[in-house]
Amino acid sequence: MKLRRLRALAVKELLQVVRDPRSLMLALLMPVMQLFLLGYGVNLDIAHVPVCVYDQEGSPFSQGLFKRVQASPYFRIVRSLHDQREIRQAMDNGSCRMALVVPADFSRQVALQRHAAVQAIVDATDDNTATLAAAYANAVVAGFANDVRLDLVERTSGLPLLPAPVAQQSRVWFNEDLESRNFIIPGVVALVLALVGAQLTSLTIAREWERGTMELLVSTPVTPMELLVGKLAPYFAIGLLDGLICLAFAVFWFHVPFRGTLLALLFATSLFLLVVLCVGYFVSVAIPNQIGASQIALFLTIMPISLLSGYAFPIDQMPAAIRLLTYGIYARYYVTILKALFLKGSSLHELWLPVLALAGYAAAMVGLAARAFRKRIG
Amino acid sequence: MSAMPSIPAIEVQALGKRFGDFAAVSNVSFAVERGEILGFLGPNGAGKSTVIRLLCGLLRPTSGRITVDGIDVGRDPEAVRRRIGYMSQKFSLYSDLSVLENLQFFGGVYGVPRQAIGERIQDALRMAGLAGHADTPVHALAGGWKQRLALGCAILHRPRVLVLDEPTSGVDPLSRRRFWDLIHDLAADGVTVLVSTHHMDEAEYCNRVALIDRGRIVALDTPANIRRRALDGELVEVRGTPLGRLLEALAAYPPVRDAAVFGNAVHALLARAADEAPALAAYLAGRGIGEVAVARIEPTLEDAFVRMIGRQAQGAGGAA
Ligand SMILES: Nc1ncnc2c1ncn2[C@@H]1O[C@H](COP(=O)(O)OP(=O)(O)O)[C@@H](O)[C@H]1O
Ligand SMILES: [Mg+2]
Repeated sequence: MKLRRLRALAVKELLQVVRDPRSLMLALLMPVMQLFLLGYGVNLDIAHVPVCVYDQEGSPFSQGLFKRVQASPYFRIVRSLHDQREIRQAMDNGSCRMALVVPADFSRQVALQRHAAVQAIVDATDDNTATLAAAYANAVVAGFANDVRLDLVERTSGLPLLPAPVAQQSRVWFNEDLESRNFIIPGVVALVLALVGAQLTSLTIAREWERGTMELLVSTPVTPMELLVGKLAPYFAIGLLDGLICLAFAVFWFHVPFRGTLLALLFATSLFLLVVLCVGYFVSVAIPNQIGASQIALFLTIMPISLLSGYAFPIDQMPAAIRLLTYGIYARYYVTILKALFLKGSSLHELWLPVLALAGYAAAMVGLAARAFRKRIG
Repeated sequence: MSAMPSIPAIEVQALGKRFGDFAAVSNVSFAVERGEILGFLGPNGAGKSTVIRLLCGLLRPTSGRITVDGIDVGRDPEAVRRRIGYMSQKFSLYSDLSVLENLQFFGGVYGVPRQAIGERIQDALRMAGLAGHADTPVHALAGGWKQRLALGCAILHRPRVLVLDEPTSGVDPLSRRRFWDLIHDLAADGVTVLVSTHHMDEAEYCNRVALIDRGRIVALDTPANIRRRALDGELVEVRGTPLGRLLEALAAYPPVRDAAVFGNAVHALLARAADEAPALAAYLAGRGIGEVAVARIEPTLEDAFVRMIGRQAQGAGGAA
């Protein structure tokens, strides 16, 4: 590889991006727009969700639970119901979005340290709210069960204090103030970078074909590897810049805590960008028109990342087969790293597994991408 | 300098290229000497660009061999690319970049030494007549200027061989003349030039021309020799109305060896124009053709080309 050629390619590519309003918008405006859209628009925070309660036990215990629910900022108890059919009616006419059913043996189950088997029925027309409402209900119920048990233990004494066996509590573990934005935004960074990175690079080869400049480019002594590196270098820089812009907005605008180090973030982001840029480059080599290439790149990034990276929909709540599938989604590792960096402040060597997976992916993709382009026409 | 027998700048042997079932290039062989200007002449679709692309290593040949400066294109395409300056048929510079930015880019990808690049860019600007327009965006340039800039970009790395695919198509006549002056200057400096065109008149600017038709070279010689040898007889220009009837009548008249429409007249080939012209005029008048005028003319390359292709077709028809 000759540095001189790389420089010429990179400078040319950068000039083209800067002069193409569409690319420029994609590079600089899109990340911020996406962050806002996903940070606000798909705001998963819930507040004062109307809740109906159906108390089959009618004990001080169940009353205590309801008080707890009512006291939380997330829920507001609007009605008390008296049988199963009423739940359906209330849901259908929209007077409540969630129903809590306390079974007749609720206090006994709590005393026996079983799962607090309160049934939460959620109106699933809005998937996000439903998922979140269920999770929050779970947390509230778990908190209540914990206190009750603590109470029991203190009164009976001598018994060892067991941790409350409440499933799903770990879901909000690193998001102490139960703010979904904290949980979502780090993952949104991954989505934004993938979107912008793959979109921009998907245009790079297609643009040369479309404008007829490829014939001359191929006739020069540039090697495929030089072409890859020279062309992707500016997008890599733009990607890192976008990463920093996202970080700034996450921290200063959305007040998401960032507990990790900048260096760790840049390192992981670099690996992720390598993968994303190469995906876009692949698409660009395969599809010689810009519109087609950008559509395919969009499909290849948005779909798997928004559904399977765990950025919004927790992986441990997915069916086993789908969960297996997520291991093949490179963004999954980056989302894991991002969440750990933002919320836990983990160091890179604590994160060696996802970092290694991402690095493996990056190496493979760069290798493949360098081979993808053949210096021939037609 | 060297007493060794010089290898041709370009040597093409039995070159063939098929696109599926279609043979775009068949059994093409030729050699170009250092400093020579070889013209590729032929109608659209003849296969000129295909040969040129094969030469630059942009397409892989189906058969045959190409060497540039003794280097096999199939074996070491990058080494060949370093020696070639190429202007593609379709304008291929970056329209969204300025004149200077294009020159810098091609200087960079061809690895022009840093200390030399500034001067060479100035040379290229001067040659292209673009001094003072360095910062103009390329999309704002007129056709002739664009082509000169493309030539400027193609010679930044001082290639030994220049390959120009219809560099003057869509360019006004004055700019075309100017472009050919540049080509001659380069050839005078020892650069070998292979240039395709479908302007027959431009072939006169070449040292030799290869007439290409349906993927084959039908003649390869100096323009003067082609004109002289292609025509087995003397040429007359015949005017008369209506043109269609005139052509029919000429084709049916045994002393006429060949007849083809050129503009609003017919060029007819006779064994000896001076002896046969009066009889021809009388014959035409007798066939009811008005305003008959017959005049001896010097054949152009186009006449030669038409005659040669006609003979090829006859040969093929006779064999069938
Ligand atoms: N990539 C290709 N695939 C199929 N046919 C092609 C291709 N390139 C050229 N051809 C055909 O080969 C023939 C020669 O084309 P070309 O070399 O461009 O002619 P010229 O440059 O003399 O006009 C034409 O019939 C053209 O349609
Ligand atoms: Mg052509």
